[in-house]
Amino acid sequence: MSEFLSFTVLGIVFGAIYAITATGLVVTYTTTGVFNFAHGAVGMVAAFTYWQLWQAWHWPLLLALVVVLLVEAPLLGIAVEFVLMRRLYGASVDRSLMVTLGLLVILVGIATALWGSAEVIRSVPDFFENTTTGARPTIHLFGSNGVTIYLLQIVTVAVAGGIALGLRFFFRSLRLGIAMRAVVDDPELVAMSGADPFRISQMGWALGFFMAALAGVLLAPTLSTTGLSITQLTLLVVNGYAAAVVGRLRNLPLTFVGALALGLISEYAQAYLPGHVSENLLGVLPEVIPVAFLFLVLLVIPPARLAAAGRLPSTVPPRVASMGMSLAGSGAFVVAGCVLAAVIGATALATLSQGLALGIVGLSLVLLTGYAGQISLCQLTFMGVGAFAMGKLFGGASWWGMILAVVISGAVGALVALPAIRLRGLYLALATLAFGEAAFYAFFSNPSFIPVGQAVNVGRLPLPFVHGVSDRLEMGEVVVAAALCAWLVALIRRSRFGRRVVAMSDSPAAFATVGLSAVRTKVVVFAISAAMAGLGGIFYAGQQQGIGSDNVQFFDSLTLLLFVAIWGMRSVRGGILGGVTAAALPVLQTHLPASLADLTGLVAGVGIILLGRNPDGILGVPWLGGRLRVPFTGRGSSAPDLIKDVAHVS
Amino acid sequence: MSPETPGADLSVGNVSVHFGGINALSSVSLTARAGEVTGLIGPNGAGKTTLFNVISGLQRPDRGQVHLGGRDITRLGPHRRARLGLARTFQRLELFGTLTSSDNVRVALEASRRTSGRPATGVLEKVGMEASADLLVSSLPTGAARLVELARALSIDPSVLLLDEPCSGLDERETAVLGDLLVSLAAEGRAVVLVEHDTDLVLRVCSTVHVLDFGEVIASGSPDEVRRDPAVQAAYLGQVAQDGGTP
Repeated sequence: MSEFLSFTVLGIVFGAIYAITATGLVVTYTTTGVFNFAHGAVGMVAAFTYWQLWQAWHWPLLLALVVVLLVEAPLLGIAVEFVLMRRLYGASVDRSLMVTLGLLVILVGIATALWGSAEVIRSVPDFFENTTTGARPTIHLFGSNGVTIYLLQIVTVAVAGGIALGLRFFFRSLRLGIAMRAVVDDPELVAMSGADPFRISQMGWALGFFMAALAGVLLAPTLSTTGLSITQLTLLVVNGYAAAVVGRLRNLPLTFVGALALGLISEYAQAYLPGHVSENLLGVLPEVIPVAFLFLVLLVIPPARLAAAGRLPSTVPPRVASMGMSLAGSGAFVVAGCVLAAVIGATALATLSQGLALGIVGLSLVLLTGYAGQISLCQLTFMGVGAFAMGKLFGGASWWGMILAVVISGAVGALVALPAIRLRGLYLALATLAFGEAAFYAFFSNPSFIPVGQAVNVGRLPLPFVHGVSDRLEMGEVVVAAALCAWLVALIRRSRFGRRVVAMSDSPAAFATVGLSAVRTKVVVFAISAAMAGLGGIFYAGQQQGIGSDNVQFFDSLTLLLFVAIWGMRSVRGGILGGVTAAALPVLQTHLPASLADLTGLVAGVGIILLGRNPDGILGVPWLGGRLRVPFTGRGSSAPDLIKDVAHVS
Repeated sequence: MSPETPGADLSVGNVSVHFGGINALSSVSLTARAGEVTGLIGPNGAGKTTLFNVISGLQRPDRGQVHLGGRDITRLGPHRRARLGLARTFQRLELFGTLTSSDNVRVALEASRRTSGRPATGVLEKVGMEASADLLVSSLPTGAARLVELARALSIDPSVLLLDEPCSGLDERETAVLGDLLVSLAAEGRAVVLVEHDTDLVLRVCSTVHVLDFGEVIASGSPDEVRRDPAVQAAYLGQVAQDGGTP
């Protein structure tokens, strides 16, 4: 009984922290219309600052708390609104999502630069701990056989409850709260009633960041034994996502219930799952349960109506290359790539080879996200599946193995698409995130499949008349594969299926009302994209002769997506360049002074500010894109005469 | 071109929809006959677009049925309804914004095997937009974009055509031409339902007019009957009646 009670108490405490996180997400979403993927990263930065002030610099506890919660977090929120979000009013969900993903990468980059070294264990004690004796104030319940509860746990639950009630009152009854909700619906209307919509929205960001920081500060003592971890803290928010989705990102009481349910389910599962299940998933259960919960919740929430978007994109999409142009482009690419493969040094060769393999994965994103508008945060998972299958089939280095591995990746993509078929935009992004995370913990990090700290051997594609494919020949293989994929993506875009894919992305409502079902289109596009990512994985793993869990992390899926978006999500060149950038930056980083902040974060930061201005990335900037592009003939964009000659109509 | 199911009437029976505490539609019943243009008018917020959403399958009604050519389509998804010959346009444009005019039409033509071989320019010609075939629809002015949307709706060769304010953005002459086009589309055997604020046009081209107000049908009949109806005059057409038909 006492065991059950202890798990219940722990479940409620974790549920309360998830509730604070989730409530913060809901608050940001209801007041700004943006789902802040960086919410967890904000909490992470807050937790580390809190450690820095209190533990490293020995500031008084109360002062550290005040500075983190009431100064740092709200100011950061205001700054983010001013620099990044203000440009995004009226922008599509995909664009704002991309910007918050970029913010996540920046914050993780900053944190890595400041607190990345592993020499120090940064642990934050319970704030009620007696500094001299180390004793933590506790309360005993249900007699001697009962359960011990720390004062901190009670305070955590009380804070979560207080916040839930306070916010409900604030948004329902106070003028400012109502105005904050109204700003999302119609900023102009709010402005006409005399309020400044930017100021109100800024307050929404400040409030959201405050709550993210509060969750970070309350989570910090739960990690006191292992020390604060950047990835763990950033990703603990996935638990919050799941709860927020229970409330469909709007309903605070339901969010709270979802958070408590998740906290309890996680604890009970760890305690009572049958031995053989928890043995296989040993150590990963705490990570797997929330993502599985998120995935399931996404599947059972009622589907969003096919609401008409009622707007046309404000930007001109990149021109679709003609058959001749894309053949010429692919040919030139192969020639240039093979020349490079013959002459460049070993480091550059390895980097470029991996970059082009990632470029193939980038091309799969151009198809899936750029054309079809389906955001995937698990593309490296598909890549990993391809590489893993290649390594395990037909001796790990055969053409048959490659074909089968590509088919298997495609099938996994279709399997992910099937349940996610009803989901769009944000919810789809969350589902792919959940899938990628679940696959990472339950499969790629699972010692039953890949031994800890080891990789699955993956060989290179054999070539006729050649004994052992050298690094340079392997690069030649990647170049040809990337060129073929680029040509294929352009071919698909020009085809009937490509028109259909773009139409589905542009207006799902109109797509349905001309008699087309999105189900088949989505499944097929997911399958092709995943198969292509799998092919990229085969070459990526072939270059380094293996694949391990390190290669398929969520964070890298995210940075690849961002780099492709930064170059141009709707452009074939954007896919390739995005992959090359993702591979090149970490190598460049090693040549830079250590004091320089994480380069990936820096570049992503500049990139998303650019994205805020131009959704088609660098290649979409007119003067820059023009220089990087083979010159086209004029497009004749003058407006037409409306019904110029209508006599024959009637 | 001949419609998918010639002579199919559209009928809506006792349809109710509520959003929160607001009754967007309360027991709305009406019929649109094949071969006629049926007008649907009413002040802003009367429920016209919601009714179109219910008919086309984008909004599930709380109660009531929708029949197309005698078949109950209430439970079918929007794409299934479109395949049965129901097409629509939107009050707020829903074009495939990153495609050209001809590709917008082509996507719809290719949706069905029956129409997939037809040239897109033929359909664009029908609305007078063939000159814009290769332009991106997002570069078109609103009126022109509406005509492309109409062309896309016509591509599936519909037996029932729902048009949500097709004339906004068009000038007087263009509106007159469009009115003639609607009459000729109906003459081919289609049921055309027209939501339009230009009451002059509605009274000119429609055989039957239904008036919605606060989610209820307050009057139905020929344009003349509707014009004389006191409830309609009070709710909507007061000005028109006094001015003798000129809004």
